[in-house]
Parts: sequence; structure tokens; C-alpha cells
Amino acid sequence: MRIITGNDLKTGAVTWWTGYDWSLHVEDAVDAGADAEAVMAREVATCRVNGPYIIDGEKTADGVRPAHIKDRIRALGPTVRPDLTLKPADPEAREWVI
Amino acid sequence: MYRYDKYDQAMVDTRVEEFRDQVRRRIEGKMDDDQFKPLRLKNGLYLQLHAYMLRVAVPYGTLNSAQMRTLAMIARKYDRGYGHFTTRQNIQYNWIKLAEAPDILADLAKVEMHAIQTSGESIRNISSDQYAGAAADELIDPRPWAEMLRQMTTFMPEFSYLPRKFKIAIIASAEDRIALRWHDFALRIVQNTAGELGFEVFAGGGMGRTPFIAYCIREFLPTTQIFSYLQAVLRVWNRHARRDNIHKQRMKILVHDLGQEEFTAQVEEAFEHFLSLGEDFPPAEYDRIAAYFAPPAFEQGLSDEIDLSDPAFARWVERQVVAHKAPGYAIANISLKPVGGIPGDITAEQMELVADLAERFSFDELRSTHAQNLVLPHVKKADLYTVWQALVSAGLADANLDLISDLIACPGLDYCSLANARSIPVAQKIAERFADPARQADLGELKIKISGCINACGHHHAGNIGILGVDRKGSESYQLLLGGSGDEDTTQAKIAGPGFDEDGIVDAVERAVEHYRAVRSPNERFIDTYRRVGMDGFKEAIYG
Ligand code: HEM
Ligand code: SF4
Repeated sequence: MRIITGNDLKTGAVTWWTGYDWSLHVEDAVDAGADAEAVMAREVATCRVNGPYIIDGEKTADGVRPAHIKDRIRALGPTVRPDLTLKPADPEAREWVI
Repeated sequence: MYRYDKYDQAMVDTRVEEFRDQVRRRIEGKMDDDQFKPLRLKNGLYLQLHAYMLRVAVPYGTLNSAQMRTLAMIARKYDRGYGHFTTRQNIQYNWIKLAEAPDILADLAKVEMHAIQTSGESIRNISSDQYAGAAADELIDPRPWAEMLRQMTTFMPEFSYLPRKFKIAIIASAEDRIALRWHDFALRIVQNTAGELGFEVFAGGGMGRTPFIAYCIREFLPTTQIFSYLQAVLRVWNRHARRDNIHKQRMKILVHDLGQEEFTAQVEEAFEHFLSLGEDFPPAEYDRIAAYFAPPAFEQGLSDEIDLSDPAFARWVERQVVAHKAPGYAIANISLKPVGGIPGDITAEQMELVADLAERFSFDELRSTHAQNLVLPHVKKADLYTVWQALVSAGLADANLDLISDLIACPGLDYCSLANARSIPVAQKIAERFADPARQADLGELKIKISGCINACGHHHAGNIGILGVDRKGSESYQLLLGGSGDEDTTQAKIAGPGFDEDGIVDAVERAVEHYRAVRSPNERFIDTYRRVGMDGFKEAIYG
């Protein structure tokens, strides 16, 4: 799938395109398909997202999984500070990244 | 230490308000990212993986307790309760919100701090010896010159749009504690046979993808001519720099393309011109600035005795405490490298504790080091035990200065958008593997430095053992380098062979270390053994 991701302009938080809005959770990401470039251009113009880009990913039984480790770290948070990630209570989360 | 005068304060305050307006216009959509990005970078605000990152300048690594308390307050109020000290003595916050960045800069300005020139193609924060003004082995405190260089290079138009970043360092001792010759422009204060002070000048050092060790381009420069000389160097670079190619813009490329002789000749010619303009600072200006760095009122007649009856304290003193120039005083190093911790990270509570210790026991002074540790520069020997007990209570009393667990590591792929691989987990695993204090002590000085990509923020080129994160077909891989040094015996590390995965690199480090133990002569450091026996034996031990 073609996922659009970027950072929220005001907070810098990692965001994922859900088809109609931005979400902090990679699980909400949708396949933007051939529209991805057009969505990106429109969203940049509304000043909600910073530096959006398109990545590869796949839908798995565990949800959406970005192809590159960098985007999986972006999706979760720093692997060395589980307490600061989006899933502080989930000991498996780090395994998902790596 | 230096205090802002009304001009400094006005410049910094004005800059904060200017940035506040720029942020407002960006958020309101009156500027796009292409327009805004260079403006935020001019104020030290990067965009990293999880949020904005703010890099705050710590001029020549000197802080007072009010500044450290403000850094703690910022960590708590605007970030997630911690900060990260970097290899250029600065501090970075990882979770900054754009809308709050102007408030942070305003809070910093209240304690005479800022984030100006911590990014972009400018003259960056000037590094200096963390023991400046305290070290028994220094000729003179180098910080007045660092401060004068800071003033002359801040907001100077010709220096604001350089071909690339420019890093300056200055020391005044034979021992190099700041990786001097890995800087673009480096000064060591020396004395000539007439007893006058001058600078030994080095140019063209740098890490990154094309590492170079700086050449000496002047053996003795009178201190009063430094402004003309620096302008001459920058003029030559500005004239010839490869502005067409981002990988060739650093001055190190030019210095090494032209060669030591030709570069030096061109600098000397430009220098004559600048000298003739008579713009160097008058000696009275040095006196004015130096007065800010006058030594504190050390008590006289103190004893040099330290009660070492507590063995844990004795171990800490042996490792962390360094000779001070004043009788009865000592320099105390504070480790930010607890085994299993994140190199250079410090919590808001720890910052506050360290600020209290500086206020009570070190004439209100603190230092940050390029090895990502902190220093209390002026502690009475009689107070060391009390200081140590407080550090123990805060988890800051590790006794590992320059040992294998005192690793330098950049943020790597856990935080950095340019990274290929994570650095911190590798640092943690190595520190854990060698956690036993007796094993560390037996190995002695051994400097491991880890970068998550070719940019070399973690100084892997200067590591006795260097580790470089690379991307191998989408997964993390680590190259092992051997034989680097950032000390006075500067050398560049060499790649040992094929890379490893995360656990593999830890095993490879252990095999290199065990080879050293097997072949070392008595009292020989790792780096000396490597230099004596060469790469081959190590290679065989590592790769079998
Ligand atoms: C996380 C955000 C960071 C970014 C985006 C970043 C970016 C860079 C880049 C692009 C370079 C290479 C520049 C060049 O060769 O022209 C570089 C070099 C360097 N950075 Fe960073 N860096 C970051 C964090 C750090 C940290 C945390 C440290 C200290 C631990 C650091 C210290 C250095 C040093 C010492 C160099 C080598 C300078 C040289 O080439 O002489 N940086 N950085
Ligand atoms: S060396 Fe690379 S990964 Fe590490 S902080 Fe610098 S740019 Fe990021």
C-alpha cells in the first residue's frame, strides 16, 4: 500500500493520512493509491502537515506495517524509551519495530 | 563567566520576538515550509523523527546554576522531562512543539542563552576545554578568546551565509580534551621563547563522510591578530568553496584540495590585507572580557587530604577527579553514562541536583564535555565526599571516565531523521556486556564512539573503537573501525572489515577487546597496543 505520512505542523507529532484526516496512529493509515501526490499537495497547502512523504507498507494481521524500520520507529516512538512511545504498556511493541 | 551587556540582551530578545512572528506567520499559512525552514534552522529548531528538536548553545561548555535550572524547567515544561548533551557541548530537546518554541527561546534569553547558530551554514558554538580556568595543566584560561570569537562571529554578515557549517575549538593545554584537530578551525594557546602567548592554528579538520584531521597552518599567531587571521581563513574558503556540491563545501575539502602549503600561502596573503585594515580588537578589549573569567575567590591554606576510607568513594575519586590549579581544590567529572542508560541523557531532576551542587560547591559553575558528560570545575577537596553522596542519590556517580562504558553515541535512528541505524541500543549493549567495574578498570582507557550514519555526530572516526551504522538492504548494519583518537595524538580510525548486525557488533567489540588483552604490554592502553601491533592481528581476532 502507499501510505502518506508527515509531521503535524504545530506539534511535530508523526501523523498518518486516514483518507479524510490525519491520525497519530499508524493503524488508521489507508492506501492512498494513485491519489497520494494530490492529497499531499492539498494538505501541505492547508498547513496542517510538515514534510509529508509517501512510503510503502502492508496490511498485516497486526495492522498496518510500514516497510522501513525508520517509519516503524516513527509510528511507535524511540525504541530505547518504551515509556515515551504510543504503547508504553505493550512489551511486544518494540519487537514489532525491529 | 561572561554576562550579557545591554547590547547582547537586546539582540537576543529582539531575535526571540522576530522568531515568534515567523512562527505565527508559518502557523497562519502566510509562509510555506520552504520559506520557513531556513528561519527555524537559524534558531536551532530541527524537525526530527517524532517532533521538533531544539539545540541550545552552551557557549564553550560553560553553564551557571541558574542556566542549568532553566534547562531543567524547559525539559519539564516543554519537553518530556529530559535533555541530551551532545558532542559539541550543547543540549538538545527531542519533543518540542513549534508553537511553544518562541516561549522556550524567551525563557532561555532570561538566563542569557539562545539557540542561534546551532544549525545552518554558520559559525557554530565554539568548543573549549571543559576544565578551562581550573586545569592544573593549562597556560591560561582559553575562554576569554572563545567569548571574543563568539562575539565577532555572531550575526556577522560575511559569516552568516558561509558555504557550509564552520566549527571552531580552542584550548590552552598540551592535553587535548576536545578533539581539537577534528574542527574546521582550531586554536591552541602556546607560549613562544620570549614568553609571549599566541595561537598555534590548525585548519581543515572535520568528520562527516570525508574525514580529515586539521593541518597546522601557523605555529605562532599573536593573540591580538586573531580576528584578521580568522577573516583571512574564511575569505579564502568563501572565495574557492565548492558551493555547487553539498558534499564538498566544508572547508576541510578545500584545505586538502589546495594542500597545506597553498592554503597557508593564500591565507597569509589575505591576512596581510586584513591586518592593514586595523580592525583587530585593542588589548583593552581582551582585558574587559577576561575580567569576566577572573578566577573565583579560592580559599587559601586548604588541605589537599581526601579521606578515602569509603572504598566506593575512593574508586570514584580515582576515576572522576582531576587535578586543579588551586591547592585544596579538585575538578569533579559527573558521568552521564550509567550502564544501560542513554549516553548524554539527563533528567530535569538530575539537572536541578547538579545545579544545586554547582551553586553550593563549585562557585556556581558547571561544564559540559564533548564526551557527553558534565563537570563541577572547582570543588574543595574537603567537599568531595558530600558531592559524591549527592551524586550517588541521583544515579550520577558512575566511575567510568574514559573507560569502555563511557561511550559516545549520537541519537541515531531512535530520534534522528538522517540515521541509517540505531546507535543507543548498541551503546547500551556494549556497556552492559562490560558492566563489571573490575573488567572495565582492567581494560583501562578505551574510547568507543558510535554514529548512526556517515555524518559522524558520534565521532566514530575518532574512536579507539568506532562504530558506524549503515543501511544494508533496508536493515540496520554496523561497521567496526579501529585506531581513531580525538586526543592530542589525533588519528583517524580505519574500517576493520565487513559489517555486523546489532548483536554481532557487540561480540566483535568483545573479540577486539580480548585480543588487546592478550597482546598488550604492561600499562599499555588499547590505542597504544593497536598502534604497536597494527590492524592485522585485530582483524584475525574479529573475523577469525
Ligand atoms: C538529531 C539531530 C541531528 C542532525 C539532523 C545532525 C546533522 C548533522 C549533519 C548533517 C552532519 C554532517 C555535516 C557535514 O559533514 O557537513 C553532522 C555532523 C556532526 N554532528 Fe550532527 N546532527 C544531529 C545531532 C547531533 C548530535 C546529538 C550531536 C552530538 C552527539 C551532533 C554532533 C555532530 C558532530 C560532532 C558532527 C561532525 C562534525 C564534523 O564533520 O566535523 N549532532 N550532524
Ligand atoms: S550521525 Fe547521523 S544518525 Fe547520528 S545524529 Fe548525526 S545525522 Fe543523526
